[in-house]
Amino acid sequence: MTNLSTFLGATALLALGAGAAIADPAVIFDLGGKFDKSFNESAFTGAQRWAEETGGTYAEFELTAEPQREQAIRRFAEQGYNPIIMVGFMSATPLGEIAPDYPDTKFVIVDAVVEQPNVRSVVFNEHEGSYLVGLLAGLASESGTVGFVGGMDIPLIRKFGCGYAQGVKAANADATVIANFTGTTPAAWNDPARGAELALAQIGQGADVVYAAAGATGVGVLQTAADQDIKSIGVDSNQNYLHPGEVLTSMIKRVDNAVYDAMTAGEAVETGVQVMGVANEGVGFALDEFNQDLITPEMKTAVDEAAAQIASGALQVHDYTADESCPALTF
Amino acid sequence: MDWTTVILLLDSTIRTATPLLLACLAGLFSERAGIFDIGLEGKMLVAAFLSAAFASVTGSVWLGLLMGVAGSLVLSAIHGLASITFRGNQLISGVAINFLAAGLTVVVAQDWFAEGGRTPQLGDGERFSGIVLPGALDLRTFTIAEQRDLPLLQRFYSDVISGHSILVYLAALVVPLTWWVLYRTRFGLRLRAVGENPAAVDTAGISVTRLRFAAVGIAGVLCALAGAQLAVAEPAAGFTRDMTAGRGYIALAALIFAKWRPYPALGACLLFGFFQALEARPDLFVTLFNLRVPSALLSALPYILTVIILAGFVGRAIPPRAGGEPYVKER
Repeated sequence: MTNLSTFLGATALLALGAGAAIADPAVIFDLGGKFDKSFNESAFTGAQRWAEETGGTYAEFELTAEPQREQAIRRFAEQGYNPIIMVGFMSATPLGEIAPDYPDTKFVIVDAVVEQPNVRSVVFNEHEGSYLVGLLAGLASESGTVGFVGGMDIPLIRKFGCGYAQGVKAANADATVIANFTGTTPAAWNDPARGAELALAQIGQGADVVYAAAGATGVGVLQTAADQDIKSIGVDSNQNYLHPGEVLTSMIKRVDNAVYDAMTAGEAVETGVQVMGVANEGVGFALDEFNQDLITPEMKTAVDEAAAQIASGALQVHDYTADESCPALTF
Repeated sequence: MDWTTVILLLDSTIRTATPLLLACLAGLFSERAGIFDIGLEGKMLVAAFLSAAFASVTGSVWLGLLMGVAGSLVLSAIHGLASITFRGNQLISGVAINFLAAGLTVVVAQDWFAEGGRTPQLGDGERFSGIVLPGALDLRTFTIAEQRDLPLLQRFYSDVISGHSILVYLAALVVPLTWWVLYRTRFGLRLRAVGENPAAVDTAGISVTRLRFAAVGIAGVLCALAGAQLAVAEPAAGFTRDMTAGRGYIALAALIFAKWRPYPALGACLLFGFFQALEARPDLFVTLFNLRVPSALLSALPYILTVIILAGFVGRAIPPRAGGEPYVKER
């Protein structure tokens, strides 16, 4: 009974608080938390940038378990936050059910498409960014063999691998691309030991650059590459700093820009599908003090040129998810 | 297929088999004493986290290992308390331990390091690096091309036998040690007896409870070594959430496959490790047999083989007779 009254009291407090917070944006971070050095942290950076520049405040929630998704979205909607931003494709299904219940609230989902009139779906052209880092890998490779380690074997990750292979072949038509996936279950995202084995197997086949698009499994890939003194490529956020001078570059998805844009637009955020590609700086490659010595001026020129061509539409990178096939790589 | 491929496959087999073997022997001690242990996975995970966390904080991998053993022993004690002292269901207790470990490690890691449930990457001295055995070459100083020119026997010795972490050699020693303890010592005889017929042991005036606690404790230590191999032994360098990725269950499958005997356990774990090593080389099937084998099939093979064994097609797997049943005096 005491527990129940405490709970009711807490709910009442929350309801009171809601009155003051009307029309503030809210951000829901996915499992992994806002300091995951990757996807969520990027979203957090974008939100912080908005808060610092405008002096605004926003509500946030870090999911710690799967069942909290629906609850978290619904609670923010009930409390009148607008827009409500969530990162991660896993929220797509619950959002599809909840969005019609709150027609006056705008929702933003990053990395998935939800077909509802009040939802903005932000998706990234990962194949374009992967093409650019593939080009760099092809130019940096001395052995003519490069590797790709994917996480779970799903079309989204094949899209990374396919774009990468096209970039590699653009730099060196004779290059060999070895592609491996960690597994077929979600455990594939969290198996650095397996990532290390895959990287070692690729190194044994002559690879001297490996690209990891595998979540936490990639940590093992990058570590092994550094241990074995070959180059690696990080993913999602800038991972160059993890092993300075050993990580060739990172394929970055500007989740921070997506979140920042949505927050800046506020309640007037445009709904529909927003594609973030090379053209609008949604994806790209990372260049900073940790890898500037690895990227030669020739490589920089080549990759900038390719980026300009992709942006102008002169160069079309094939998207694996469009027809489930890849011209440059057989999986 | 050339010798380089064979050597790399065997090298990878040894590394991947080690955590399986240690966990399998842990299960062997526990189950031979009549205590089923589903919680191998959880104990490995906690040990992996604590060893990486303390190695990172103190800078000493040995202190980390010590804390990993301590953490694993605490879980063993919980398992013992629930299933020996309070005569609870051993399977439920084991499952509870797995859930406890999966949740607790991430929460504590997030609280300590704020890196999304990871520990920081471990540097030199904070992890076990490869040991170069007497007479072997340190292959890290050779490129793959240079390695090809070495004499075959030297390559085999230097790559497959030498160059592993101390835990690998420890695991290899634990196998004969387990055999000796189980079949050549009084403790081992009693341990086996307590798993077959605890009433007889009790009649002889020997404490069933104490024997079973000892067995569960040994299992805890071995699980800790398995966890440490995953997190703090090269090529690994740190903890990530759920990084055991089902190895505890594969170890259980290996235990059944080996019919609860130490030397067959070694064989089973090497076989399962070999499957995992093969998973990283799907290209081999194409070049050797012109056959595309899905990697999912390879990862499922340990379970398929275990089911075949259990179904009685290849000999019979008879578990210790008193396994899973709490001992009640004078029933």
